[in-house]
Amino acid sequence: MRIVVLTKPVPDPASGGERLLPDGRLDRANSPAVVNGNDEYVLEKALKLVAAAGEGEVILLSMAPANAPETMRKALAMGATRGVLVTDPALEGSCTWATTRILAAALAMIEFDLAFAGVDTSDGGAGVVPAGIAALAGLPYLSYAAEIEPDIVARIVRVRRITTTGYDVLEAGMPALISGTQALGEPRYPSLKGIMAARSKEITTLSLADLGIDPSTVGRAGATTKLMESTPPPPRAATRMIRETPDEAARQLVEFLAERRLV
Amino acid sequence: MHGVTTPERRAGPYRLAEDHEMLRDAVRVLADERVAPRAAEIDRTGEFPEDLRRLLADHDILALPFPEEHGGLGGELLMVCLAVEQLSRACATTGLILAVQELGSLPITLAGTPEQRARWFPKLASGEHLIAFALTEAEAGSDVAATRTTARAEPGGEAYIIDGAKRFISHGSVADLIVVFAVTDPDAPRHRRLSAFVVEVPTDGFSVTRLEHKMGLRGSPTAELAFAGVRVPSADRLGEEGDGFDIAMRTLDRSRPGIAAQAVGIAQGALEVATQYARDRKQFGQRIGDFQMIGAMLADMDAGIEAARQLLYKACVEIDAGAPDASRWSAMCKLVAGDTAMRVTTDAVQVLGGYGYIEEFPVERMMRDAKITQLYEGTQQIQRLVIARALLGKGG
Repeated sequence: MRIVVLTKPVPDPASGGERLLPDGRLDRANSPAVVNGNDEYVLEKALKLVAAAGEGEVILLSMAPANAPETMRKALAMGATRGVLVTDPALEGSCTWATTRILAAALAMIEFDLAFAGVDTSDGGAGVVPAGIAALAGLPYLSYAAEIEPDIVARIVRVRRITTTGYDVLEAGMPALISGTQALGEPRYPSLKGIMAARSKEITTLSLADLGIDPSTVGRAGATTKLMESTPPPPRAATRMIRETPDEAARQLVEFLAERRLV
Repeated sequence: MHGVTTPERRAGPYRLAEDHEMLRDAVRVLADERVAPRAAEIDRTGEFPEDLRRLLADHDILALPFPEEHGGLGGELLMVCLAVEQLSRACATTGLILAVQELGSLPITLAGTPEQRARWFPKLASGEHLIAFALTEAEAGSDVAATRTTARAEPGGEAYIIDGAKRFISHGSVADLIVVFAVTDPDAPRHRRLSAFVVEVPTDGFSVTRLEHKMGLRGSPTAELAFAGVRVPSADRLGEEGDGFDIAMRTLDRSRPGIAAQAVGIAQGALEVATQYARDRKQFGQRIGDFQMIGAMLADMDAGIEAARQLLYKACVEIDAGAPDASRWSAMCKLVAGDTAMRVTTDAVQVLGGYGYIEEFPVERMMRDAKITQLYEGTQQIQRLVIARALLGKGG
């Protein structure tokens, strides 16, 4: 079984350094890059499925700056087989539509049974790229997967999709594109063996020319949307920590709520 | 949205590579979750932590220094040191398990034949076997050439008979293989008297005659070993007869960074405890870290540790690159890191005041553990001697 996993390097949300430049682009210099959280969950699932199938490969696909192999290396250390990186100076400032077209074009160059993506990314957060790729590539799109059960012989895949009231069971033929969240399970830590093995794994680089895409239709110049303004949420009031014995903590908590007529 | 590589992110090689950071973080998580909770008990009972030795084996940490063809991970010296540092940050005794595994196998790496490596490395890499490095004797510490243990060749040359005693041997009582340095030719020039042998134990004539009660590093067994007519096949000699002194010195050139890494780890662990305490502890209505005298101590600790760490990493890279002054780099990094660990842990106890002096907090243990890094694999005075000789051109 061959599974392509879309992975995006994003600023580490734990670094506290996420911020925008004055022109609205992400300031990637201000915090270290990590693999997008939701992408790690689907990657974990892909690794488990390929291991259970006993054969196949997990192929990473990223569109990112030229230094992205650093971040891809961690996903390779977790166990992915190889990586494909679309990188080109002309990509800077690309909108989600350009990103979608580029990734769909790159995906078309890879043989696969399933493609996985995180439902959204912690930087841009638009959450439209996976659906857009599926639409462009003519693939069935199964979103918000909490469980993924492929049947490689029958060439169908069954997905439990989280809904507001429970979950739906969806079925589609292969190949298909599936997006998922943390409901798929905790990603593994790379093992030392995995880290050392990742050093010699292959990362193929593709440029816009390789994909046959006109540079003037992507990047900042070709962007279909423009960020006009970005405002951080208002700061929350200071947290008050109660560190007491359970009885005393409960008493203080009730008192706090009672003062505000909340109990 | 998308950006290209900015100059700030293109920091160049003077930064840990992604795989180094991954390895460091993987070991750190393991150390925090599995090693740190055991550290105080290991210190209190003085028992060798077999469970943590297995943990390191199961996670391939002990495989790091060994080549891939023998079941190892082929990690370079920097990787081994990153792992030792993170383990020692939680527990210096546990960090030493890896450091001694590397120390003991270096003579085989440096002077062993392909056959010898194939024989011994797989079980060392898997962690099934531990190895010890037996150089020091009661009367031969810094003065290695004063070694008295002898290895007499049997008539016919099939084997050697080893007689003598070794002291202060880390892991001497738990090791399955012991690299022993013994005099094969008492009449040879001073630095050609010794040869190195790998002794598989237990074996007839070998015994552990004493376990030391130490100030720190209490879970790491430090043994006195007796060799009374121990027969070792000639095939288990490392290098040629007379190569022993050179093998020992080249081993220490590569192993001292492991001790520097242990020292940096201990110091970092102490800084973290002291910093947390300075945040939490309130006196005179404010947290004590906000008093300038405490804040300045923490700042000096942090800066000192970082300086020692950077020297260590640089030394690892230089030694792996085959730098001609490897002795100097290894001596410098251990000198600076050992002294930093002693100073930082002492200051950490000071920051905690009375709480630093009792077992409720780990800094008193860290202070006791730190002291050994100024003593073993050459005292700090020997490190200075090595550096001065390199400077003055008399060789290492």
